Amino acid sequence: MDETVAEFIKRTILKIPMNELITILKAWDFLSENQLQTINFRQRKESLVQHLVRLCEEKHASLNDAALLDIIYTQFHQHQKIWDVFQMSKGPGNIFSFFFFNKVTVSFRETEENAVWIRIAWGTQYTKPNQYKPTYVVYYSQTPYAFTSSSRLRRNAPLLGQALTVASKHHQIVKMDLRSRYLDSLKAIVFKQYNQIFETHNSTTPLQERNLGLDINMDSRIIHENIAEKERVQQITQETFGDYPQPRLEFAQYKLETKFKSDLNGSILAEREEPLRCLIKFSSPHLLEALKSLAPAGIADAPLSPLLTCIPNKRMNYFKIRDK
Amino acid sequence: MSVLRPLDKLPSLNTATILLVGTEDALLQQLVDSMLKEDCTSELKVHLAKSLPLPSSVNPPRIDLIVFVVNLHSKYSLQNTEESLHHVDASFFLGKVCFLATGAGRESHCSIHQHTVVKLVHTYQSPLLYCDLEVPCSWVPTSLSLLTWLAQGLSEWPGSQASAALTDG
Repeated sequence: MDETVAEFIKRTILKIPMNELITILKAWDFLSENQLQTINFRQRKESLVQHLVRLCEEKHASLNDAALLDIIYTQFHQHQKIWDVFQMSKGPGNIFSFFFFNKVTVSFRETEENAVWIRIAWGTQYTKPNQYKPTYVVYYSQTPYAFTSSSRLRRNAPLLGQALTVASKHHQIVKMDLRSRYLDSLKAIVFKQYNQIFETHNSTTPLQERNLGLDINMDSRIIHENIAEKERVQQITQETFGDYPQPRLEFAQYKLETKFKSDLNGSILAEREEPLRCLIKFSSPHLLEALKSLAPAGIADAPLSPLLTCIPNKRMNYFKIRDK
Repeated sequence: MSVLRPLDKLPSLNTATILLVGTEDALLQQLVDSMLKEDCTSELKVHLAKSLPLPSSVNPPRIDLIVFVVNLHSKYSLQNTEESLHHVDASFFLGKVCFLATGAGRESHCSIHQHTVVKLVHTYQSPLLYCDLEVPCSWVPTSLSLLTWLAQGLSEWPGSQASAALTDG
């Protein structure tokens, strides 16, 4: 076994938390049952890893086997990457003819739900592929959508896009303004599946029976004056966000570009050619749930701005607002 | 424009009513629970409202003290208070209104200058209390201060029995 492959396998296994090790090794399905049984999983991690690497050597693990292990690790730890979304289309064709002399390692793993995980390690004409900075693509074969992990190696992005387009028999590829760590949530938004979770929910439940979000304790010394208002807010919130759990996003970003408008003539700012720019970013561990709770908590008025509530519907969390 | 007036109703025996006006239920509820725990003798009633005018303005309750709760972290909270103040009769401001500003402790979260609130409070000639309703240990001292103000306000109206009952507790 090549030294670089051994090192690659060793570093990958070291990343795996102890409580996941057995599950991941079984999913990898490379070491045999007999081999796995010879392992003492209670020893210190370093010696355990050395033992595992020796076993892989016995079985002559290849670079592709190692890459597969890396894919499985990433599948278990999807949230460590930030995922972009690409939409492909068939349209007026672009004819791609490109000559690609760079060395790459490409590996595939199919999962249920018609998804193919593709791992690409990039090299150059002269250097071997760097196995420690791969790009991942999750492609749903019945759809024109692909999700890619944001790569630090930006120069490969156009190439990757073209390759994907050609391989999937499309003609154009566009990057959507949607980005998150949570692949499942991106999938739910892109495929519009986030509102189908509670299909049997009875939406005629009277509001009083639902949790109004405050403790209406039975103490008769407390009189809540704004019950009607609270119900109105609850109703609007429910109409906007639904009763289902929201897909998980960590931020929404708004870029505003506008020219200065003034009634005064000869104002320095009015003569400025360059538009004024402003960037607003909302961050949260769970942005959409946080937005949903703003009005019921009394922090904002209902209804919320459509710029915030349109996020799952428009499948965007990056917005550019310009003068019309 | 419906307005709260202090003398619309006669005071009832041994009863005092506080109206808390504020946008964030979570903060108000803690304060209310604390006040009701501290007050054991008389009949203390607390009305919670997000804003004024009250929906029940057809038959408004008698109010002995209005407390406007302003969250310094929220411009929305200040705006709500300013709008609600228009619905309070001027005679309330003779000792029956006070302001509670919460959140000054976390300066980085404040989107309202303390100066803004101080100016507002001076305009209405009413007392201002700073507290941090997100911190449990502030609930008891804050509620005691409010109950004291309530007693003071009541004692200025002759014939009121409730203030004596409150200060016994």
